[in-house]
Parts: sequence; C-alpha cells; structure tokens
Amino acid sequence: MKKEYAFYPGCSSQLRGSASNYLTSVNSMCETLDIKMTPIPDWNCCGASISYAGSGELARHVMNARNFALAETHLPGQDVVATCAACWLGAKETQEKLDASSQLLAETNEALKQAGLKYEAKAQVRHMVEVLIEDIGYESIAKPVVKPLEGVKFAGYVGCQTNRPFGIAGESFENPMYLDKMVETVGGEPLTKYEQKVSCCGGALAFSEPDKSQKQIKQIVESAYDHGADMIVTPCPLCQANVEIYQSEINRKHGTKLAMPVAYYSQLLAVAYGATPKQAGLDGHVIQPKKLQDIAIKVVPLKKA
Amino acid sequence: MSDYAGDFLREVEARVEEGEWVKMCMQCGVCAGSCPFGEHWEHSPQKIFMMIRAGKREEVLTSDSMWMCTSCYNCVVRCPRELPITQIMHGLATYAERLGLAPKMQPTRRFSLVFWNNCTKTGRVNELKLVMQVYFRNGFIAGLKEAWNMRRVGLGLLLAKRMNPFELFLPHRCKDQKGIQAMLKKAYEIEDRKRGFDS
Repeated sequence: MKKEYAFYPGCSSQLRGSASNYLTSVNSMCETLDIKMTPIPDWNCCGASISYAGSGELARHVMNARNFALAETHLPGQDVVATCAACWLGAKETQEKLDASSQLLAETNEALKQAGLKYEAKAQVRHMVEVLIEDIGYESIAKPVVKPLEGVKFAGYVGCQTNRPFGIAGESFENPMYLDKMVETVGGEPLTKYEQKVSCCGGALAFSEPDKSQKQIKQIVESAYDHGADMIVTPCPLCQANVEIYQSEINRKHGTKLAMPVAYYSQLLAVAYGATPKQAGLDGHVIQPKKLQDIAIKVVPLKKA
Repeated sequence: MSDYAGDFLREVEARVEEGEWVKMCMQCGVCAGSCPFGEHWEHSPQKIFMMIRAGKREEVLTSDSMWMCTSCYNCVVRCPRELPITQIMHGLATYAERLGLAPKMQPTRRFSLVFWNNCTKTGRVNELKLVMQVYFRNGFIAGLKEAWNMRRVGLGLLLAKRMNPFELFLPHRCKDQKGIQAMLKKAYEIEDRKRGFDS
C-alpha cells in the first residue's frame, strides 16, 4: 500500500535553494519506496531556531500552526513530514507546546483566525528519517538496492537538530546509530568510530560568527579524513551546506587542502536504487562526490530476482 | 521593573519564555562543559542562572553570552534536571532585545532580526537577500569586500544551482502573505498583553 504524507519541504529545498538537490534526491528515493509526499499547500517558513529575537514565542508557534492547519484542511489524517532538521525541530516543538497547553492553543487560534484558519491540534510531526526507519524499515529500505555502494567509506555526520533535543526513537543522543545502519543497508561502509558524529557545525552562526563556526567545521572534516572517509553523509540541510561550502574558506585562511564531499542519506539511497546523477541531485555539489557519481554512471545494476 | 520590586528571578519567571525553570538549576556545570562555543562566551548558562538568582539584572541582560547559542541542544539533553536551557537562552536574548538592552552590534543578534524579517515578509526565506543583508550590514564598501572574499563560495553555489540570482526580483513566496501578516500582528498583540509589554 502506498504510504501518504503531508510534506513540509522547507525554504532551503525550493528551486535553486541551498538544499534543492536534497529535495531532488528525496523525490527519487520516495518514488522507489512507493512513498507519496504531497506538499502542504502554501506552506510557510518555520522561523528556524535563529529567529527568536524578532519572533518571540507566540508568533513562532503561529507560523508552524498555520502549516498544521493547512495540512489538516487539505491533507486530513496525514502525518506532517519534514526533510529539514530545523523545520522538523521547530514544528515538533510547536506541536508539543500546543498539545500541552490549552491556553497557548487558544492564543494561537486567535491569531490564526486572522488568516481564516483554525488548528484542531491533530498534527503529528515527523522527520523523513523516522518515516524510513519506522514506517518502511531497514529490510524494505534494502530491498530495492540494485547498486550496493560497495567500497565507499562514509563518515556519518548526524549533527545536532535531527538528534537533539527530540532525536530518533530508540537512539542515544551521544552515539545514534541510524545513519551508520542506513549506510550499511545500502551496501556502503560506515565509519562507526567517527567521533565528530554529533558535533555542532555552528548552525546559523556560520553566518554571524564565521570564524568560530569554521573552527567546528574544520574539526568535522579533518576527523573524517583521519578515519579514511571517502565522504561525509548527513541528514541535515544546514549541516550539509555549512560543512561542504566553507571548506574553501578554511583552505583560504589556514592553507589546508580540504575537499571532502558531503552528501545526504537520500542521495545514497537514490544512487543505490539506480538513480542517475541528476535524479540523485549529485549535480548540486560544490565538492564533487566522485565515488557516488561513478557508481551512478558506471556500475551496472544488479538483476533483482 | 518596579512591579518586581527588584526581584529579577520573579521578573524572569513572568516575562521570559521558559523562565520559570531557572530556579531549578542545581549549578552542576554540565551545560558549561557541553557548549560547542564554550570558549567564546563570558558567562556559561550555569553562571547566567546564578546571576539571575543573585539579581544581577543589568549584567545578565547586556551579556553577549546568550547570543552565542548555536541551538545545538547539547546542554538540554545532558542537563540532569532536564531544563530547556537552549530555549531559556533564546528567551533571555529575546527579552534583552525587547528591553533594548541587548548589545547592539552583536552579530548574531543582528542576524536573528534580519532572518525573522526576511522570512515573515513573504512567508518564506529569501536566501540570496539574506546573504546580501548579512554582508552589507556594515555598509556598501564593507559589503563588497566581504562578497569578494566569499566569491569562491558564491560561485560554487551558483554553479551547483543552489543559489538563484533572480531571487531578488522574483522571490519564492506564500500566496496568502496578507493572512500571514495579519496573524502575526495578532500574535504580537497577544504576547505583548500576556508578558505585560502593552502598558
């Protein structure tokens, strides 16, 4: 049976956005896994975690609740699924706060009324990774693999916001294993001893405090080199962007020669499922993920029994 | 704040998001040791909590430290009392901003305000405009210099089709921008009333 979700893609995934290739690969992956993602009509920004100084408390919740109300109206009964770590965190925080406080829910609805909307507090907010692990399962993730990612070593960089404060059920905050398991499931080699797995890349402060953030990023990339990684893999669009695009800046300032590709879990799955480089969003990288591109272009798909 | 008779802890409890948790801190210092930007701030969350209880209103609200939060939530998951430390830091920063006490030139303070204005204007973040607003925050010449320094990053993103030069003219946007503005206006009103900012 086709699984259906109310999709909350988020700002960075939009056409020519900084994570547009994430969305491309998610679409390809979901097609193979028979997952139907319907974008919430006219969805808006969650405010991310950085907007607090301007937003205050209620306005932030109202922004997220608007998306929930639209999902309830247009896609009733479907879980809201985010691919972005910050979207997921912001939306889930709002969902939990409004579930816990009838006063906050009433205030939110008083504001939503101005946009002709009402939130019934039915939303269930989930991350794409949760859908894969909990609704699809590792066994079914493995089934459509026609190009196992053999011989490719991945440093699984989980980062912060898909891991804390909510995290994925059954995983520890200090050493979550799901990303390594996912790599293994599609035939790659996870570097399970990679110690920067849950470090912070600086997040939004990569803009406002570039040197402090690049110090974090330098450690994240250098540790991947130390462990012999071919590339880093991550579930978070901001981690992906920060860790990939600032390597040239770090090189400029420190005379290093960092050139470590950073891919999304969804790109690994898409390539393993036989997607072309374009379908897997591999044309959207600043540092080319050569080993993945080679598999996508050259390797002949296995015949499935 | 005459209403709080010099009791800063009570003021924080009433007016800061998640401020009611501050008194639960047992001063163990795990938050201080867990922060990725620990070497860059003057006051750890642990210190800030103690300063609040000691009534050091001005020192807390003018501190640079809350603005160093990267929202990594390490402190939250490690706190033995399970306090929402990240959220309290954001709440204190927001409160300092509302009172006009936040350090004006603090780069993350400025970025936070720019981000919120950016994303609420059309309902969605305009990434190119966001970057321009950050680079040109200190004037045109400084902006050109910063943009020149960052040309490799920008060109890389452009070639990877992850930056849209037309976003300045044809931005991504929500259809119901009017509705979004109206609901936000109402939300600010309600919160001002609730936190006592309307009097």
